[in-house]
Amino acid sequence: MPPSVRRRRLLISVGNHSLAIAVAVVFITPFVFILFTALMASSQVLTGRFWPHPFEWRNFADAFSYAPLWSYTSNTVVYAVLSTIGTVASCIPVAYAFSRMHWRGRQVVFLIMLSTLMLPSQVTIVPLYTIFVRLGWIGSLKPLIVPAFFGDAFTIFLLRQFFLTIPEELTDAARVDGAGEFQIMTRVVMPLAKSGIMAVALFQFLYAWNDFFGPLLYTGNNPKIWTLAVGLGEYTTLHRSVLWNLQMAASVLFTLPVIVLFFFTQKVFIKGVTLTGVKG
Amino acid sequence: MFATLYFSFTKYDLLSPPRWVGLFNYRFMVHDPFFWQSVWNTVWLVVFGVPLQIIFAIAVAMVLTRPKRGVGIYRTIYFIPTMVPVVAATLGFVFMLNPQGPIDHILGLLHLPQPMWFDDPRFSKPGLLLLGFWGVGDTMIIFLAGLLDVPAQLHEAADLEGIGPWQRFRHITLPMISPVIFFALVTGVIDSFQYFTQGFIASGGRMSLGDPQGSLRFYGIWLYQQGFQYFHLGYAAAMAWVLFLVIMVCTLVLIRTSNRWVYYQGGFR
Repeated sequence: MPPSVRRRRLLISVGNHSLAIAVAVVFITPFVFILFTALMASSQVLTGRFWPHPFEWRNFADAFSYAPLWSYTSNTVVYAVLSTIGTVASCIPVAYAFSRMHWRGRQVVFLIMLSTLMLPSQVTIVPLYTIFVRLGWIGSLKPLIVPAFFGDAFTIFLLRQFFLTIPEELTDAARVDGAGEFQIMTRVVMPLAKSGIMAVALFQFLYAWNDFFGPLLYTGNNPKIWTLAVGLGEYTTLHRSVLWNLQMAASVLFTLPVIVLFFFTQKVFIKGVTLTGVKG
Repeated sequence: MFATLYFSFTKYDLLSPPRWVGLFNYRFMVHDPFFWQSVWNTVWLVVFGVPLQIIFAIAVAMVLTRPKRGVGIYRTIYFIPTMVPVVAATLGFVFMLNPQGPIDHILGLLHLPQPMWFDDPRFSKPGLLLLGFWGVGDTMIIFLAGLLDVPAQLHEAADLEGIGPWQRFRHITLPMISPVIFFALVTGVIDSFQYFTQGFIASGGRMSLGDPQGSLRFYGIWLYQQGFQYFHLGYAAAMAWVLFLVIMVCTLVLIRTSNRWVYYQGGFR
């Protein structure tokens, strides 16, 4: 390759990378600010000093006494884990029914279910709230967890798409061998759809972990059962003199499990995100 | 859903059974200044936030199409902010955009004006826009897929003809990704109409919703206040139903007009 071409290619490559790095800096900057603030002493917080001078690692521990973080965390974990279990347990059979079983009206019901995805959440909360009041569930995590056991349109949709990629011959063969539907579902389809199921479980876990509106609505008046999202949000209300460094520390702690989870499950995640491109 | 419609015609405060009041809630809505303020704030977000975020997402995605190696790292970096819980991200930005905070400090060093961001009604929504830009990663990913899908022959033909980059963008790239733009537009609009959490947190929580003079009082927030702070559940139901209708109309309009400007590569129907 002539040196001039090589040089030109190098310059273009450097240019491209510089651009990408510049953009990356823009995206990383908020993380840096938040993290550094989390490590500052409160006297240093709103001053112009960029680098935390003593690295106050104890901020992370102090954040736990500033607000009942342990309680918030355990509530969040309970909500996230239980709703994930509920979602997976309820949506797999439904998705299976939509994809591998044939019954009259299948298409229609599926379309109806899909259309519920387009409903703005505000439209259903008033009646839902009323129902939960009647049931006496307001002020607990039940309104958030129990409905998860009844299936959720997005998850069912995703799983159905995934199940449809499993060759029909396999399920047919199992049927011919005399297996019942439930057995086919658990022995044939589920093992093959593992990554799809994991993706869906991951989505639900993250959704519950980050959910603010749901817990606010149903547990807003009962601080004992608040999740991290609501608890952090209410910091500003309850403590008028905001200790930014501790608040940032708490935010970092709140975000950390998500980031860690993301790194471990990246492949699963991206696969799930591109799943809706699978032909249905 | 129909229950909500029913409730919208009642006065309901949870303590006593709903009382039928016909169109009272709707008439009240028309005269409610806070209602209109919330409409204005939300529409502002839809009109400014959605297109700007889409443009930013496309721009960032285009940056990602350039480097030959190491794209994965950049992509991960651009995407991670979307994983941050909304509450944490909003709190982070409220801090960053604090009048004595880092961003204003840097602006000061550069002798640029230092807005008061979330303490100033004129800058609170732009502050939320910035927060939105930070989280553009998920939209960017689908645009990246769309951009990579543009057939190579088109780009090669453009190279042969010696077409400049701007022309290339306008006549090849844009039409090819127009389905993705359409998707992002529709979902962005639907989501923006329901904007809640960021506005809630940036306002400073329950006691000061709407923050500087109601500049952050979005439709969803006012609905929440009416329904769950003042317990005018009938009114909240009415607002919810109106929201539903507005979203449906907007979506339909978008879909109808899409025939003119969306180009489907594989043919459509």
